[in-house]
Amino acid sequence: MALLQIAEPGESAAPHQHRLAVGIDLGTTNSLVATVRSGMCAVLSDELGRTLLPSVVHYSVQGVESVGYDAQAQQSIDPRNTVVSVKRFMGRGLKDIAHIESMPYDFLDAEGMVRLRTVAGVKTPVEISAEILKVLRERAEISLGGQLTGAVITVPAYFDDAQRQATKDAARLAGLNVLRLLNEPTAAAIAYGLDNSAEGIYAVYDLGGGTFDISILRLSKGIFEVLATGGDSALGGDDFDQRVFCWIIEEAKLAPLSHSDARLLLMRAREAKEYLTYHGEAPITVKLGSGEYVDVKLTTAIFSAITHNLVQKTLTPTRKALRDAGLTIEDVKGVVMVGGSTRMPQIQHAVGELFKQEPLNNLDPDKVVALGAATQANLLAGNRATGDDWLLLDVIPLSLGLEMMGGLTEKIIPRNSTIPIARAQEFTTFKDGQTAMAIHVVQGERELVSDCRSLARFELRGIPPMAAGAARIRVTFQVDADGLLSVTAREQTTGHEARIEVKPSYGLSDDEITGMLKDSFVHASEDAFRRALREAQVEAQRLLEATLTALGEDAELLSMPERAHIDSCIAKLQAVLVGDDRRAIDAAMLALNQATVEFAARRMNKSVQRVLSGKNITELT
Amino acid sequence: MPSDFNQDHFALFGLPRSFGLDTAQLDRLYRDLLARVHPDKHVHLSAADQRLAMQWATHVNEAYQTLRQPLKRAQYLLHLVGVDVQLERNTAMPPEFLMRQMEWRETVAEVRSAEDGQAMEDLHRRIKKEIAEQYECLERHLDLKPDYQAAAATVRQMMFQEKLLQEIDDALAELEA
Repeated sequence: MALLQIAEPGESAAPHQHRLAVGIDLGTTNSLVATVRSGMCAVLSDELGRTLLPSVVHYSVQGVESVGYDAQAQQSIDPRNTVVSVKRFMGRGLKDIAHIESMPYDFLDAEGMVRLRTVAGVKTPVEISAEILKVLRERAEISLGGQLTGAVITVPAYFDDAQRQATKDAARLAGLNVLRLLNEPTAAAIAYGLDNSAEGIYAVYDLGGGTFDISILRLSKGIFEVLATGGDSALGGDDFDQRVFCWIIEEAKLAPLSHSDARLLLMRAREAKEYLTYHGEAPITVKLGSGEYVDVKLTTAIFSAITHNLVQKTLTPTRKALRDAGLTIEDVKGVVMVGGSTRMPQIQHAVGELFKQEPLNNLDPDKVVALGAATQANLLAGNRATGDDWLLLDVIPLSLGLEMMGGLTEKIIPRNSTIPIARAQEFTTFKDGQTAMAIHVVQGERELVSDCRSLARFELRGIPPMAAGAARIRVTFQVDADGLLSVTAREQTTGHEARIEVKPSYGLSDDEITGMLKDSFVHASEDAFRRALREAQVEAQRLLEATLTALGEDAELLSMPERAHIDSCIAKLQAVLVGDDRRAIDAAMLALNQATVEFAARRMNKSVQRVLSGKNITELT
Repeated sequence: MPSDFNQDHFALFGLPRSFGLDTAQLDRLYRDLLARVHPDKHVHLSAADQRLAMQWATHVNEAYQTLRQPLKRAQYLLHLVGVDVQLERNTAMPPEFLMRQMEWRETVAEVRSAEDGQAMEDLHRRIKKEIAEQYECLERHLDLKPDYQAAAATVRQMMFQEKLLQEIDDALAELEA
């Protein structure tokens, strides 16, 4: 307990200090931020009391002009520089984007991820998303009156590695510490599960603006286990708008439209769709820029007919996910509906019919994901007591593999494997004296590499020359708890080790991100400096707190010299913490981290042993 | 890396090395272990803790997946005693087994072209039942009266059956798409 005396009064954190953490639903159409305050989960609103932030960013020559409702108002005035539904472009190349011909943007095809040319310069989807996240971060910091410890950000379960990486980078660019990327349906289940303390098998049907996800979960004794996921990363409410849009053009026999007319008509199409939720028919009257008048009437029957196959397209992956989980319709105890698009009566009806039960609707489908994310963020930030917590076991949505001879895919990690997970596989050389091997990492279920998504390519060099088939190259895939992949390759016959680690590329390198971070600081360098310092201080405080807690619990695992070394690292960090030298803080943190590696390992072993000796089994379940 | 990483999967869960396994107990131990080592339980701790948590959780997941599925468990047990299952090279099967396989393959092709979902489901159930019978065979050869070569032969046969199941699954998926 000597350690507690080292800490200055006021420096050592109180054991139950509440850390500010938020959940962010970064949606295709709207985004939200929520938090848990005094045990209550709530969505945070702006100064006008609005909770939704339209996911729209408007650029002018000066840079970002507005985000949210103000940007939305610019949609039909300045469509080229007003980016909506940017989530559809995250981690995507030009050829992956549906309906690109009807979009008013000036796209640039770049390797991996598409870019947009605006009056403010070329922007990546990561940067545009970061603008939305920044607004939400500021909203939360003002509302909560302090700096955030971290955020849980939700992604569609069906997002592949490139899309997840892009989301995490956007958060980093927005100055957020990502506690975890959480799958949207899982977040929804958390929001529901805890309110109802439900047990059993649940399906989460999530139809958002641009994506469809289905997840099958098992809830039992404080464990949320995702059994299977499926969906379509390019299917959502926007497609329904698109159908109505095309129907109007056909019905009114319109000539090719200008960008602003197209945008206007698309907005009217969406309004008509929403109107039909509560009415039998929706009148659509528009005066176009060309002077033409549109005056048509959309009925429920027509709407159902033109969108019938979109609804069907959601049911096929739903059945597949159930099969993957080894379950039938009868096993499902409840169906949670998520996403504004599930308000459409025909969707409610189709889902109810498939599952032979009324879907659950008691939480606002627009807010349920953010609420669940906030609940999980509160848990991850350490604001809940042991015993009053839960564990979430999520899965990887798509299989990961390598390209083999003949363009075939070899699956290394099958879809729906519980994460984190690692798998290794051995390969050999094809030719005598071969010293390099090309490794191509892909994601997807199809047999041909060309039908899967390419994640990364790299070469393993320095293989000692040997006869064909003699080298043994071990390729290891590691997927972390965020669902992000890293790949390692190693030649191991001769003891000579060639090793390379890749972060799957989608067009943005680490250097580019650092560059963007710097750029965003140029305008406010003083601010940026203070912010970076404050962030380092918060981080250091967190580390000190964690170390002190660990020492309080398990000090007996350390020898005297080991303990003395850690203590001196703690003292050094505390000494620099009060100053304003960020580098010194970083260096002291690194030293303390290194000093506690072995300690952490022993603590983990002890914890595991405790489970096996059976002492805590009842306490945990 | 902690020393425990070198333990075999059975030792990790503190279970005896045998094919017969109390899966309910394995499930419970898995959950209890993960509740301790999962990265979510270490988010607010140091970077070293977080790295370690990921390694541990990965290890526990891998061990669980291996032991939970009987066929993988059998292969793993054979690996532990140093018997190579020789999946690629040794394709010698008893003639009667091959005959039955061929019959089934024909049946799969038939119901597939007839697009008969019900028949496929029935076939699926029958093969599953046959696989369940093989488990008893494995328990005999691995636990009760060890004969590892016989167990390896059974594993090879079961790989065929699993593949057949997979084909039926694919056919069912096609039918729905």
